[in-house]
Amino acid sequence: MTAEVHEQARQVTFLEAIREALREEMTRDEKVFLIGEDIGSYGGAFKVTEGLHAEFGADRVIDTPISEAAIIGAAAGAAMMGFKPVAEMQFIDFISCAFDQLTNVVSKWRYRMGFGVPMVVRGPCGGGVRGGPFHSGNPEAFFANSAGLKIVEPSTAYDAKGLLKAAIRDPDPVLFFEHKYLYRLPRLRETLPDEDYIVPIGKASVRREGSDVTIITFGAMVYRALDAADKLAEAGISAEVIDLRTIVPFDVETVLASVKKTNRAIVLHEASRTGGFGGEISATITEKAFEWLEAPIIRVASLDTPVPYSPPLEDFYMPQVDDIVEAATRLSAY
Amino acid sequence: MRLTRMVEEKLGILSTQGKVIGSLYRSMGQEGTAVGSAFALEPEMGDVAAPILRDLGAVLTMGGTPTEVFQQYMAKNGPTRGRELNIHFGAPERNFIGPVSMLGEMIPLMCGIALGFKMRKQPGVALCYIGDGGSSTGPTHEGLNLAAVLDLPFILIIENNGYAYSTPTERQSRLTRFSDRALAYGIPGVTVDGNDVVAVWEATREAADRARRGEGPTLIESVTFRMKGHAQHDNQAYVPIEDIEEWGAKDPIVRHERLLLETGMASLGDIDAMVSDIHAALDVAVAEAEATPMPEGSTALLDVFENSVAERKPWLAPIS
Repeated sequence: MTAEVHEQARQVTFLEAIREALREEMTRDEKVFLIGEDIGSYGGAFKVTEGLHAEFGADRVIDTPISEAAIIGAAAGAAMMGFKPVAEMQFIDFISCAFDQLTNVVSKWRYRMGFGVPMVVRGPCGGGVRGGPFHSGNPEAFFANSAGLKIVEPSTAYDAKGLLKAAIRDPDPVLFFEHKYLYRLPRLRETLPDEDYIVPIGKASVRREGSDVTIITFGAMVYRALDAADKLAEAGISAEVIDLRTIVPFDVETVLASVKKTNRAIVLHEASRTGGFGGEISATITEKAFEWLEAPIIRVASLDTPVPYSPPLEDFYMPQVDDIVEAATRLSAY
Repeated sequence: MRLTRMVEEKLGILSTQGKVIGSLYRSMGQEGTAVGSAFALEPEMGDVAAPILRDLGAVLTMGGTPTEVFQQYMAKNGPTRGRELNIHFGAPERNFIGPVSMLGEMIPLMCGIALGFKMRKQPGVALCYIGDGGSSTGPTHEGLNLAAVLDLPFILIIENNGYAYSTPTERQSRLTRFSDRALAYGIPGVTVDGNDVVAVWEATREAADRARRGEGPTLIESVTFRMKGHAQHDNQAYVPIEDIEEWGAKDPIVRHERLLLETGMASLGDIDAMVSDIHAALDVAVAEAEATPMPEGSTALLDVFENSVAERKPWLAPIS
């Protein structure tokens, strides 16, 4: 085996990085267990938990009926018993079935009762995979308005592993959104450190430095932003790309530092525009860095419609590279 | 039971005096269900109860104090530091946790407590309560089904008290016995006279024993009656007066005290002395609650997350 082939063999996908995090945390701490639908010997709809049932047994990889509210409620109760549950939503869209558990029981528990509910709810989000209106969602904004839930969405294999480990070790509930478009994307394969590491919740990452405009985004849209930045560079516009990595609490300092440098901002996300988290980022920049802005803040987001299924419709619905280029070009005219 | 009723009567006086913030919820007539079931638990084995609105008796049986209840109703810096109202408080070290208002949601959560006992291989049992009205909600079904499928050490008591706010039981379900629902989950279901504290105690005890033997959950329907309105403002004019009279004659406290007298387990003097003791204890508890300060407004910022402080007036940061 050549060194290069050996190196490739050690590279993991985004999905495998998530599985590694689960396996290592379950090995490290016997209080960590998984609960969800079809996650046991079947290994989950996307095979994220494949092999874990065989390795850790049915007591720690628990298959349930189709009952999202009961999955999340039971996870919360087990957390109160000292366990560290990781609940899987088969598609994150179905988290709506447990909306009451998350927004009324879990999120408010520490504030009301004085002790936390450390648990993780994870699952595949996002579109671009022709999943239609019920298998493509990005529901982060629904939960951002419920104080008490942290919301994380990684964009690289390294971050996925490190952030999931941080989420499992966190003293509070964390929603962990995994963009399914990234699960097996060849571009994301990378070699991860052998040693244990975490990526702290609440810290953004500057994926590309630039001086003319800041693009603030997260999840799969990071790659749209990077591709747009390449195109913008050809046109002489230097774009900085910030990957928030954590949506709640989001890294205000990194965002403000960048905007104070570039004086222009685009907020980019895959969820619909109205009521989307982009409005929150935009308002925060206006409140805290108004004097540095040379131009209005633009939100580039999906249409205010359900996610349509057919490829021409879905492509039209979601922000594309050219939409970002167009927005940045417009900003540079100010 | 007597303590429960007297705490609520005291709250009625405090409310008239304007010292209660918000409404007062009575469990009059239902004390037998709350007390009998909670009394059947074994805290030293870890058993946990999740009382709901009509279960002040369970709160007090598990070790919640009248002082805490008065502090809660007066919005003082009590067990929830003013964040929650009435009996929405809990004490895990005393084996009871407080409810949320969305009925049924505590059932999946208590399944998680039961799952915790099972995973730890501990003998504990999780006891959850729901009303005839709350039993119509989705999480009630999801939770009970999960408890059944996973064979959890779990007990659900459906307190059938005749009304959900103004809606009579026949508008909640076509069943005449809520325990028949157990059939649908493949678990045992029993109906018990909820105004007979001993019968409730026995049924809960049996369910707890079954759970400890690893035989899974039990559904208990406790048939009782809500003698007061949904809350203080509700004069329950929609309840036929003859029903109130009929159930008044079946009062669980009078009934149990009669049993104690008839069997010679207590004398009238004993009961009078108990009532005097409770009066004196409640006077002290009220004084303690009244002496408790209100929470500082700024503490509202704390504890959304561990060690967190929420942001207030971010626009007041210096303009640079």
